Amino acid sequence: MSEFKTYETAWCPGCGNFSILNSLKTALEELGKSPHEVLMLGGIGQAAKTPQYISANSFCGLHGRALPAAVAAKIANEDLTVIVNSGDGDSYGEGGNHFIHNIRRNVNIAHFVHDNQIYGLTKGQASPTTAEGHVTVVQTEGNINAPLNPMLLALASGAGFVARGFSGDAKQLTAIMKAAIEYPGYAYVDIMQPCITFNKINTFAYYKNAVKPLPEDYDPSDKLEAMRIAMGLDDKIPTGIIYREDKPDFHKKHVLLKDGKPLLDQERDKGVLDNLIHSFI
Amino acid sequence: MYNILVGGAAGQGIDTTVSILEKLLKRSGYYIFTTRDFMSRVRGGHNFSLLRFGTEEITSHSYILDGIIALNEETIELHKDKLNKKGFILCDSSLEYSDPDLNIIKIPMTQIAKELGNIRASGSVAVGAVLKLFGEPFSYVEEVMTSQMKDKILEVNVKAADAGYKSVESLFEHLEGGFSDYMLISGSEALGLGAVAGGLKFYAAYPMSPSTAVLEYLASVGNSAKVLVEQAEDEIAAVNMALGASFAGARAMTGTSGGGFCLKVEALGFSGIAEIPLVVVDVQRPGPATGLPTRTEQSDLKFVVSASQGEFPRMVIALRTQEDAFYQTARALNLAEKYQIPIILLSDQYLGDTTACVKPYDVSKISMVNYDTETEGDYLRYRLTEDGISKRLIPGKTKHLVAADSDEHDERGWITESATVRNQMVEKRMKKLDGLCDELLEPEFMGAENCTTLLLGWGSLSGPLKEAVQTLNRNGGSYGALVFGDIYPLPQKQLKKYTEGRTLINVEQNATGQLASLIRGETGIACHDSILKYDGRQITGEEIVAQLLEGGQKS
Repeated sequence: MSEFKTYETAWCPGCGNFSILNSLKTALEELGKSPHEVLMLGGIGQAAKTPQYISANSFCGLHGRALPAAVAAKIANEDLTVIVNSGDGDSYGEGGNHFIHNIRRNVNIAHFVHDNQIYGLTKGQASPTTAEGHVTVVQTEGNINAPLNPMLLALASGAGFVARGFSGDAKQLTAIMKAAIEYPGYAYVDIMQPCITFNKINTFAYYKNAVKPLPEDYDPSDKLEAMRIAMGLDDKIPTGIIYREDKPDFHKKHVLLKDGKPLLDQERDKGVLDNLIHSFI
Repeated sequence: MYNILVGGAAGQGIDTTVSILEKLLKRSGYYIFTTRDFMSRVRGGHNFSLLRFGTEEITSHSYILDGIIALNEETIELHKDKLNKKGFILCDSSLEYSDPDLNIIKIPMTQIAKELGNIRASGSVAVGAVLKLFGEPFSYVEEVMTSQMKDKILEVNVKAADAGYKSVESLFEHLEGGFSDYMLISGSEALGLGAVAGGLKFYAAYPMSPSTAVLEYLASVGNSAKVLVEQAEDEIAAVNMALGASFAGARAMTGTSGGGFCLKVEALGFSGIAEIPLVVVDVQRPGPATGLPTRTEQSDLKFVVSASQGEFPRMVIALRTQEDAFYQTARALNLAEKYQIPIILLSDQYLGDTTACVKPYDVSKISMVNYDTETEGDYLRYRLTEDGISKRLIPGKTKHLVAADSDEHDERGWITESATVRNQMVEKRMKKLDGLCDELLEPEFMGAENCTTLLLGWGSLSGPLKEAVQTLNRNGGSYGALVFGDIYPLPQKQLKKYTEGRTLINVEQNATGQLASLIRGETGIACHDSILKYDGRQITGEEIVAQLLEGGQKS
C-alpha cells in the first residue's frame, strides 16, 4: 500500500494526468519516500494541480513560476525531495525563462512537464508545443507559429538529465521518474499525454502509434546522439532517458551548501553580527 | 560645519577619494554626511559627491560649499557659484582654468603620482591636501588607508597623501567632534545589515539601480552571515524564489527598484493569500518606466500600497535614515513572520547611497519571531483563529503536511470555491491587520510642539525636513514636522494630535503629493499647501526653508 494517497481530482475522465499521477506515486513509493519528505510544486494549469491531488507537502504557486519557488525551497532545505509537475504552457510559455535558467542553475529537483500540446485549463488554445496548422478557438486559421522543441532546448542549454515519457507507458514512465528523482541535479522529463477534451489531433491513439522506446543498448551519455534524437528526425518519437551526465549540482558548488547542512539549519557564528557592525566604525 | 564637493567624470575615482576622505574625517571626530550624485554611465559625464562634516548631527546635504575638489574643468564651471567667500577650489596643475576672483589651489597631483610610480594615486594627493586645508592631522592616514587598500598600493598612496599634505597651507581650523566611534554607513548597507540582524537566510534579486547596493552588500557578507544570495534570472524569479525559500523555512527577502517591483507584483498577492512571509525592498528612483536610473524620487508610495490584484493585508514601511534602514528592516522580517504577510520597505537612491554617521547598532533591541515547530493533533495550515494567524509549520520539519495555494483554499490549504469558506478566509486574512495596527509606529514629530505650521513628509525626506525645521525655528519660525516611517496601514494618532488648527504642508519628492493623498484618503485630513520636487535630485533643508519663506506652491 502506498503511503501516498490520491485526493479527489477535477481532471476529465480519461485524462493522461491520472496515469502520470499513478506513476509518480509508484515511483515515490518504490524509492521509499514518505509524504512529509516530499514537496510537490506546480504553477497553474491542469497538470499544475497535481500537488493538490497527492498527499505530500504542496505548493501551488503562480502561473509559470513553480521552478524558481522549487529551486529556492531545495536551496533552503535540501532534505526535501522537490518535484515540479506542470504543463507545457506553464513550463515553456509563461515560465520559459525559468526553464532555461534553472537548467543552468542545476539545483537537485525533478521537473515533470505534462505535455499535451494544448492549453487545457483555459480550454483549448495553442501551447508552445502545439503543431503548426492545428486549428483552435484562437488559432482559427491553424497555428502558424513553429512548435518549440523543448528537448533540444534543454540539451543545448546544458541540462544533465533529459528524458521523454508517455502517459500510456506507465512502466517506463515510473522508471524514468525514479531515475529523475534520484538524479543529483536538475532532472527534466517531458511527458507526452493526450488531452482528451481539447486536443483531437494528438490523441491517445496518435501517441501510442508515434512513440518508440529507445533501444536497450542506447548510451545516454552520448550528447551528440542525444541531440540528434531530440531533433525529431526519426519517424517515431523516442522515449526514455535521452541524455544523462553526472556533474556537480548547485549545492555541491555553493560554498554555503556543499557540506550538506540545510541552509535553514545553519546558525550564524557568534560574534559575526557584531563584527559586521564594527566593520563600519 | 564644512561642506566640500568632489566632482569629475565617471571613472575618474571620485568614489574612492570620497570614501577615504570621509573615513579620515570621521576618524578625526567629525559627523559625516555624504551624498552621491551620479549619472547612469560608466565613463564620462559629470558626477559629484557632497561631503558635509561637522561636530553635530547632520541630516541633509547642502549646496553651499567650502571647497571644490575638481577632477576636471567642468566641475569648476558647474559648481563655482556655490562657493563660500572663503571657499577654495583644489585641482591638478594641468587644468588651465583661471579666475582671479576664485581661490584656486593647483597642485601637480598627476605628476606627483607619476613620480611615485602609480598614476592612480593622484586621488590620494588630493586627500592629503584636503586634510591640510582643513587643519587636520596626518596621523590617521596610514590606518585608514590600510583598511581601504590592498597592501601593494598602500605605501605609494600614503606617500602621495603626504606629498599632497605638504603642498598646501591650512585654510580652516580643525573642529573637535565626538563621532570617531560612530558607524559610517550607507542606507543600502544599513538595510542589508538590518536584514542579517533580522535573521535573513535567503536573498534573491536581479541587479537594478539603485537597489544593487543591497544585493552587493549582502553578497559580500553572505558567507560569514550564512545568507545565501542568489542573482535571479529576472525579477519575477527573484520574488518567487524568496517565496519558495520562505515557505521552506528560510527567512527570505528580495530587493529591486520600481521597475522590478512592477514585475514582482503578482507574487505580492500570492504572499498575501498563501500567507507566506515576504519582505520586498523597493529602492525608489524616478519613473515611470526607465525614468532616471541613478537618481532619486518618492513616487512609488501609492503604487506599492495597492499593488497586486485582490485584497490582502500588507504593510509598507518607509525608511527614513541609516538608523531606520537597520532597525526597520530587521523589524520587517520579524513582522512578516509574525503576521505571515508581505511587507514592503521603501527606500530610495538618496537614502540608499548616502553615507552618514550613526550610533553603533544595538542588536539587543531586535526581538526575533520564529515559526512554529510542531503542533498537537490535526494540523490545519490555515486554521481559522481569533487573530487570523494560523500556525506555520515548515515542510519536512514535521510529520504533518504543509500546503500553500495561490487559489482560494480551505483550512487545510486545498482549493475551494465555497462561498462560505471564501468569506471566512478573506476575513481571517484581513483580521491580521487588527493586531498589526496595534503595533504600528507613529510618525516622528520634530520641531516646536505648539507650532503653527506642520510639515508632513515621509521616508528619506526626514533628514532635510529636520534641518529645515531647526533652521526655521532658530530664526523665529513656528514649525513642526511629522515624518512617517510606518506608512501603510497609516498610523493616525499623531496625525490627529498635531494637525488640528495648523497649516499643513506636505513636502514630498514626487509630483502629485502621494502622502497628502494617502492621508486625505485614510483620514479626511487635507493639506493646505505642498512643496513637491521631482527632478531626480533630493531637496535640501535649505531649499525647503527657502520655499517656505517665499510661500509654498499651491497644491
